Amino acid sequence: MSQGDFPARRPQGAAFAIAAGLAAVAGVLLWDAAGLKQDGGYAGVGPADVPRLVAYGLLLLSGFTVIAGLRGELPQPPRQAPAPVLWILGGLGLQLVLLHPVGFVPASALLFAMTARGFGQKPLWRNIAVGLVLALAVYAVFDRLLKLNLPGGPLEQLIFQG
Amino acid sequence: MESFNLLLQGLATALQPMILLYALVGVTLGTAVGVLPGIGPALTVALLLPVTYGLDPAGSIIMFAGIYYGGMYGGSTTSILLNTPGESASIVTAIEGNRMARAGRAGPALATAAIGSFVAGLIATLLLAFLAPQVVKLALTLGPREYFALMVLAFVTVSATFGDSALRGLTSLFIGLALACVGIDGLSGAARLTFDVPQLMDGIETTTLAVALFALGEALAVAAMITPPDALHRVTGSVKMTASDWQRSWKAWLRGTFIGFPIGSMPAGGADVASFLSYAVEKKLAKHPEEFGHGAIEGVAGPEAANNAAAAGTLVPLLTLGLPTTATAAIMLAGFQQFGLQPGPLLFVMNAELVWGLIAALLVANVMLVVLNLPLIGLWIRLLTIPRPWLYAGIMVFATLGCIGLNPSPVELGMLILFGIMGYGLRLYGYPVAPVVVGLILGPMAEQQLRRALAIAQGDWTTLVSTPVAAILLLISALFLLVPIVLRFAGRGQVLSAVAGDSD
Repeated sequence: MSQGDFPARRPQGAAFAIAAGLAAVAGVLLWDAAGLKQDGGYAGVGPADVPRLVAYGLLLLSGFTVIAGLRGELPQPPRQAPAPVLWILGGLGLQLVLLHPVGFVPASALLFAMTARGFGQKPLWRNIAVGLVLALAVYAVFDRLLKLNLPGGPLEQLIFQG
Repeated sequence: MESFNLLLQGLATALQPMILLYALVGVTLGTAVGVLPGIGPALTVALLLPVTYGLDPAGSIIMFAGIYYGGMYGGSTTSILLNTPGESASIVTAIEGNRMARAGRAGPALATAAIGSFVAGLIATLLLAFLAPQVVKLALTLGPREYFALMVLAFVTVSATFGDSALRGLTSLFIGLALACVGIDGLSGAARLTFDVPQLMDGIETTTLAVALFALGEALAVAAMITPPDALHRVTGSVKMTASDWQRSWKAWLRGTFIGFPIGSMPAGGADVASFLSYAVEKKLAKHPEEFGHGAIEGVAGPEAANNAAAAGTLVPLLTLGLPTTATAAIMLAGFQQFGLQPGPLLFVMNAELVWGLIAALLVANVMLVVLNLPLIGLWIRLLTIPRPWLYAGIMVFATLGCIGLNPSPVELGMLILFGIMGYGLRLYGYPVAPVVVGLILGPMAEQQLRRALAIAQGDWTTLVSTPVAAILLLISALFLLVPIVLRFAGRGQVLSAVAGDSD
């Protein structure tokens, strides 16, 4: 990756956030390990031990990330455009919500349309039309032909008779 | 001679019409994804895992291997014409190849890449066939502690040795290891980190994680980028290589092959490392070193041969030890497991027909690939003209399709989205993605071997270094971890970061 390779020599907020996240994951691992019935058998090592080891590793890495952050060693990401990311995440969220109520084809058509919109393709209605055609083709091939079980809704039933 | 006979029998399997069809689909898809920037072989295999669930195991695995080989071929096309590597092992090809394209010599650059890939693929696959039975014999003498040491070595090389920061590589690896803890513990049956969510009992699906990190994370990162990509170079002039091109290429092909294969077959990084080393060697040996940086054909021929040879080499530890050393190999391992097959020494005994069919099919696939890539190159270039909005919108639909096909539950899709956001974050701050996937797949295997070794030794931790093989492997791991850190500290880290692979 070529972007963002000029380290900024000042404390970086992002590094502290990452370090906190790693420490939090380690905390969850340790908390879960504490609740496990420890039965090591002959090995003396039970189901809780490897998660603990991983947690210690994460804590160590979290500490080093803080140091790297203080010394400004994390690469500074280039400026990001937030709008496209929101379009794509919106599309994914809509698909998640709509998948079961309305079926695979409309939900995926919307995801397609909103991703294309995120990449700058307008107008949205045309993206939806293209998405519908693609999603129908995908449904026909994968659900009908390859027997993958994709959730169907009214539209799929109308076209493929169930 | 034994290998030779088995290979001939394998060829009989590989030449069955259905198997040929699977191989053809694999190499075609592989070339396509190699050509398209943004999706690599690892993602494609991950996407196809749920789709192939009901299909023939041998055919599906041959198809996956075809995708891996095809990706190595196709990646060079994008590197040469677009200066954006189609997959990570073609980064080096972009240096000289794109210069050649700018000088109007795109044709010979594409040709030397394709023929070099063919030569390397052929030799390396034959080496695989003759080396694998030897490694199997060796593997049968290894116990749990040796396997554990091997896995530690793979962890270190995948995460910390190359790339520009051991800290970030190891962080990625440990995120993968933490995710690997989720689910029912294979040895005791205890439910770990499931938070009473039934979907988490089976652990985190490799497909979901890989698709999220490679497809969603990549799409988000590309969408959020503000700079537009490079323009496409047209292929002008002849595709034919001149006599002097041939003369300069053939030695580079052979050198690339013999650099790539050993690197791929040791747990020491994947194809990207091999192609970089080959480039350095060609630069050193060149009669006209001043041409490097301005379109030297050796700089395309060597690395392209090396990355294909390394792809074949990766199959040695994967098939004989069950040890994946790249993200693509890790996902292929998941593919084997989906069909109830466990790669490793026993696979050569229990499923000899499948293994030798696979190796023979790779030889056939190699021939298919050179046909697909030389005369039909114009077709693949047309793929590069698909507008990016449609391309990525399509990738998103297929990415979610793989996840929905696997398990049409909102929980699975929700995890996909969460991991996708994580993948975007990883890319943003320069954390490598491959170690997360390798950690998820190799983590439980390493844990199992560790606990088995300790059970045999009744809890004595010194058992881990009590045989020479295990001790030496752990020592090498420690060196691979520490030497790069020292090198970076001494300000000599550029070499290592230049080898940084980013997805495959």
